[in-house]
Amino acid sequence: MAGARARRRAALGLAPFAVYILLFLALPTLLAVWSGFFQRDGSFTLENIAALGDPVILRTFGTSLWLSALTAVVGAILGALVCYALVGVRSDGPLRSVVDAISGVLAQFGGVMLAFAFVATIGIQGFVTVVLRDQLGFNIYENGVWLYEAPGLILPYIYFQVPLMVIVFLPALQALKPQWAEANATLGGTTAGFWWRIGFPVLAPSFLGSLLLLFANAFSSYATAAALTSQGQSIVPLQIRAALTSETVLGRENLAGALALGMIIVMAVVMSLYALVQRRAARWQR
Amino acid sequence: MSATTTLAPSPVTRWVILGVVGAVFALPIIAMAEFTMRRGLDGGYDLSRWITVFSGELGPAYAPVWQGIQNSVVLALVTVLLMLVLLVPTMILVTLRFPSLQRVLEFICLLPISIPAIVLVVGLAPVYQVISRMLGSGTWSLAFAYGILVLPFAYRAVQSNIEAVDVVTLTEAARSLGAGWLTVIVSVLMPNLRRGLLAGAFISVAVVLGEFTIASLLSRTTLQTALVVASKADAFIAVIFALLALLFAFLLLLIIGRIGRGRPGRTS
Repeated sequence: MAGARARRRAALGLAPFAVYILLFLALPTLLAVWSGFFQRDGSFTLENIAALGDPVILRTFGTSLWLSALTAVVGAILGALVCYALVGVRSDGPLRSVVDAISGVLAQFGGVMLAFAFVATIGIQGFVTVVLRDQLGFNIYENGVWLYEAPGLILPYIYFQVPLMVIVFLPALQALKPQWAEANATLGGTTAGFWWRIGFPVLAPSFLGSLLLLFANAFSSYATAAALTSQGQSIVPLQIRAALTSETVLGRENLAGALALGMIIVMAVVMSLYALVQRRAARWQR
Repeated sequence: MSATTTLAPSPVTRWVILGVVGAVFALPIIAMAEFTMRRGLDGGYDLSRWITVFSGELGPAYAPVWQGIQNSVVLALVTVLLMLVLLVPTMILVTLRFPSLQRVLEFICLLPISIPAIVLVVGLAPVYQVISRMLGSGTWSLAFAYGILVLPFAYRAVQSNIEAVDVVTLTEAARSLGAGWLTVIVSVLMPNLRRGLLAGAFISVAVVLGEFTIASLLSRTTLQTALVVASKADAFIAVIFALLALLFAFLLLLIIGRIGRGRPGRTS
């Protein structure tokens, strides 16, 4: 059976990637979650998992969820608009090159640099804060400084969500076949009719898929929040940092592992939805 | 090409959208520039801090920044190499020979999105203890972890290209003309997948240059961690470095993008 042997040889070609995934994805994830079930002395415990029901932890998860949802929706809509503006732009022209490069940089503009930028913009002495206060008499911090708390993360998060949307959604938008527009025009359809009856329905699964990716991106984002809020534990990743760097969070050891498990469960739900949506999106990619 | 004009927005619509979004997104960058030129409490602006940076008068405290930039570039290269050597052949192999594994591969490749870097780093710490013993504590080995981080982005970029190109037919044609597997992958598939590969490399470089969590918690010096060090010494100088880093990353991505697109005589 030469066919079977060739197939076995081909299967061997999958091995390097499989080993890599096992060593650098599966193993670290298991080690991290595993630690949530054990105490420092190595004995098994469910105490950390029970801590996920603590009101403080639940509130943190709630904050993370609404922050991610809000910034994903706003980012997806703005990003889709930018993608629409780029339809028909030569994909090898200078405009596309510049937009691609800017999106690539800004989508990963997280952490320290993003914190710097927003402190310089809407910090207490920030450029926009000062202009609004001195020129227009409008104080954005009338009810206290919100930049260093959860609401302060909204604008920085949108700032990296929009470029990410451009990166992930633009290919889908460009997969719209010009022939469909031609067919629509030949049959007497209007441009608005094209978008309403063909464009939006075809793009809807891709849009939803990108939206879910944006949500996941915000939910697991750590660096920006870490750089902006040095002590707060307003969102889950910051609580994990606190749990990692000190053992005083709710007086429990290895809480980080349990929090990690909680995050992974939320992510599993989002990603299952994504898989469902992708199946529909694939229908138009033949 | 003219057919796409029916899909495309009017030039006015296009430039209004790009103009408004562009202006809003330029604001924080402008604010950073404004911040670096402020002249203390009495107000006014000057370029003294920029002159300090460019005249090389910064003390040895800023040596980590140069080291960090160097390390990040090496990491970006090794990560892209990992993507080309490990991920792409696997994706092609699965498309051609194991289509039933398509969903599994997609699931694995998107998994890193659902595993926050801060979670991964807890488990990576013991793994890297072993690696340090085997390969030394060089910063480049961080690329193994970064290869995982870029997986979802690289996968999406390459996969959308694989779906757009009829990989199976191309391969069958090449094979029936007597091409070996290596020839098929290197001279038939790679050129057809150039756009996806470049997009993948593109985003991988950006991810690596922006990565902070893993580098900082595993105590490696990269561009981002070095900026934190610099910011503790002097916030103004750190913002200058952040702006330069942005410009640097932007130019890098622009160049990478142009290399792939600038081939003359290609029809599209």
